[in-house]
Amino acid sequence: MSLLEIRDLRVTYGSGAAAVPAVRGVDLRLEAGSKLGVAGESGCGKSTLALALLRLLPQTARLEGEILLDGEDVLTMKWGRLRAVRWAGASIVFQGAMHSLNAVRRIGDQIAEPLLVHRRATPAEARKRVGALLEQVGLPASRAAGYPHELSGGQRQRVMIAMALACEPRLIVADEPTTALDVMIQAQILRLIERLVAEESLGLMMISHDLAVLADTCDRLAVMYAGRIVEEGPAGEVYRAAAHPYGRALSSAFPRIGDPASRRAPRGLPGDPPDPAALPDGCAFHPRCPVAVAECAEDDQELRVAGAGRRAACLHVGRESG
Amino acid sequence: MTSLAWERRRGSATRFWKAYRSHRAGLYGLAGLALIALLALTAPWTVGADVQSVTNAPGTALESPSAEFPLGTDQFGRSLLGLLIWGSRISLLVGLLAAVLSVAIGTLVGVLAGHYGGWLSTVVMRITDWFLVMPALVLAIVLATVMSRSVWTVVLAIGITCWPTTARLVRAQTIAVESRPYIERATALGGGHGHVMARHVLPNVMPLVLAQTTLGISAAILTEATLAFLGLGDPTVTSWGGMLQDAREAGAVSSGHWWYLAPPGIAIALVALAFTLCGRAVESVLNPRLGVGR
Amino acid sequence: MTSGPLLAASGVHVTFPGRRGAPPARAVDGVDLEIGAGEIVALVGESGCGKTTLARTLLGLVRPGAGAVSFAGEPLAYTSRALKAYRRRAQLVLQDPSGSLNPRHTVYEAVAEGLRIHRAHRSGAEERAAVAEALARAGLRPPERFFLRYPHELSGGQRQRVVIAGALVLEPELIVADEPVASLDASVRGEILALLLRLRDELGLSALVVTHDLGLAWNIADRVAVMYLGRVVETGPVESVLTAPRHPYTRALLSVLPESETPPVVLAGEPPDPARIPSGCRFHARCHVLASGEAAQVADRCRTEPLPVLRAGGGERGVACHWAVAGDGG
Repeated sequence: MSLLEIRDLRVTYGSGAAAVPAVRGVDLRLEAGSKLGVAGESGCGKSTLALALLRLLPQTARLEGEILLDGEDVLTMKWGRLRAVRWAGASIVFQGAMHSLNAVRRIGDQIAEPLLVHRRATPAEARKRVGALLEQVGLPASRAAGYPHELSGGQRQRVMIAMALACEPRLIVADEPTTALDVMIQAQILRLIERLVAEESLGLMMISHDLAVLADTCDRLAVMYAGRIVEEGPAGEVYRAAAHPYGRALSSAFPRIGDPASRRAPRGLPGDPPDPAALPDGCAFHPRCPVAVAECAEDDQELRVAGAGRRAACLHVGRESG
Repeated sequence: MTSLAWERRRGSATRFWKAYRSHRAGLYGLAGLALIALLALTAPWTVGADVQSVTNAPGTALESPSAEFPLGTDQFGRSLLGLLIWGSRISLLVGLLAAVLSVAIGTLVGVLAGHYGGWLSTVVMRITDWFLVMPALVLAIVLATVMSRSVWTVVLAIGITCWPTTARLVRAQTIAVESRPYIERATALGGGHGHVMARHVLPNVMPLVLAQTTLGISAAILTEATLAFLGLGDPTVTSWGGMLQDAREAGAVSSGHWWYLAPPGIAIALVALAFTLCGRAVESVLNPRLGVGR
Repeated sequence: MTSGPLLAASGVHVTFPGRRGAPPARAVDGVDLEIGAGEIVALVGESGCGKTTLARTLLGLVRPGAGAVSFAGEPLAYTSRALKAYRRRAQLVLQDPSGSLNPRHTVYEAVAEGLRIHRAHRSGAEERAAVAEALARAGLRPPERFFLRYPHELSGGQRQRVVIAGALVLEPELIVADEPVASLDASVRGEILALLLRLRDELGLSALVVTHDLGLAWNIADRVAVMYLGRVVETGPVESVLTAPRHPYTRALLSVLPESETPPVVLAGEPPDPARIPSGCRFHARCHVLASGEAAQVADRCRTEPLPVLRAGGGERGVACHWAVAGDGG
């Protein structure tokens, strides 16, 4: 049984004529101890997906499908069970984590909060655990007495990770954990995440727009566009030789240094990521696709097999590989 | 190019109106204001200036309400309803002018203090604090007493004492606006102090100023009424506060002539309410987020 | 066309006063940098290295405590008239396009702002033509369709194009771009970078691109200067610096990139405080080469002897490192 299994998840904000489909049928699977990367840009639904896992979306969002966490469907859980699962079963490192810390509370208190809520720990136990968590993420335990503004961006991110680990969850979802961080700090944080996942045998779902970072850290990679998964497969393969044209574009957006082909030749896609409220007909990617044909504007594309353990939602896939 | 500017203004006006329309309270306020403005503007034709005349008073003193005089008469026999309508002109005029004056001073001070910062800001803010601490009404009374008694004195007195609140708010908003990257861009394009303040700070501060103005009008009308009630207004013109003072002097309180006391007070309250409702609607339309409006 | 560099900084120092009692922060601590006509130079480094301060100093927005900035051979005068004239020749494009545009101004007004400040055009028709041309050059076509739009109605990429158009409308010779694509979506980056290259090819526009992203430098820059704690530590043509780095810091930066082939060197700790710059080589406290003992011969010099200011100009390579200069850096 997989640690996390998402079946045909659909999330729609609002209703009636003003309904905005943020996630339009996503199937994903994550095993314990493995790392899944979800790549995509603004408006693709990746943050909505992350929040949906713990039912953290606003009331106006309607969810359909199944999210099985260790076999239990999060979407049909009773409130009490859901609260128990939140943070103790799965936790999230939010996007913009550096701004998610409460500026007027001490760091130790903020990390201890889930401990006090879930474990009913005594303050002394909580303090000890907080110290251990800080050391685990590479900060001195004395930092617990300080405030967020005394820390740098990278240090705050470590605090967020410590918070996510507090109740020993089985799954961690990291939403853009290293965006806005310097290259070196990003490397430190990614290393830390890898080490923690290996030590504790956690499942990790990492969301980012940087395909290179995901390919380096994760085992499998899924590319999202306009609320759907358009490609999925082993991380290295998807990064180096994506089958879907969007995957290829995303991969070439961050050039490999030393590759003469990208020297003075920045590659991007025309247009902008689509507005979920106004998706094009047929394949959502076709207006920007360099290899679109007439049929693309009419038929929406399903995920097809594109190799061993790989799927891609493009009509060229079936034809090329045959 | 002017046609572009007009198109844009028309576009923003339409958007503003559409958003304003969705605030029911604001619409009531606006309707109330429109009615009062209509009454005030048409007063020369509906009641005529001689409604104030003491010598040609149509009725006898202190009559109760009747068909001829719906609100009765004052101690000189003048129709109270006519006086009420005529008095609206002064009250509204003073309220508007005083509010505009105080907001203009406050905005100027606030923008300059927020933009230049440093010792200018410190000095100006200490002056502002001094004014804030002084009870505005007391200061207004002092000014009105010292200067000659006229409508303009009242306007000045209110204007000079009420600007500090606006100044504080505008200064805070100026500082917030100036921390945005587009201010740096304006400087990088070659813009000087004047350009930054006029083209960037002021338009972003305007929503706040507009809301302050509408709220300030109701405060100014109340203050004017208070000053007139205390006998510091212009004795030659009729205003609602003046009517209240006359009522008190005529002994309307002890003799129970409610028709003399209640209408001016209710009128003041209604106008203040109308302006407040409008002001709150304007504020929420123009300022949903800090500095970002349509 | 002058034969010398278009924009040159010589011995520039910028110091910011410290907070209550703290020592002053030496944000830029001695930089010689040159940008030639039609050249794209990438200024690379992490936060706190002083690259943003240096960029603003080059534009005259910040006044150096020591040293001079000269444009087309003439040193900058800091009178408001001289600076205003300078603005027509060197322009700025900032990182966050949604913050760079006044939300209450339309696209037309945002682009025309520069023209109006400098009173560059007599008639409305001339102004309109200039704005339309700038928008078209920045890739927003047909330009008339964008005149009355507001920034919040545009996407991130379109907003950045408006900002670039606003800079282009003054017909500058140099653009300083501070993280021009950092806030944009990945698929849109390429287009904006391609635009900068096209402007260089079509208009001969020079550019100084400030970024922490080495891939961006690889994509569009001719030369790169790597900054650390207020100094340039390595400089040279992009091909040689990024494929064969000599300074240990540059090597570490390149090694941690996901696609690099060398084993990653993850430097511990944070970039240090510009108020407390180490003695000797300012990188020696974090230097993995020093720590591993490879630099044993020059170790003393690394700790005690400060390095001279590197001249970052022309096609020459330079590296401010005792070890790299002494032996062969690997």
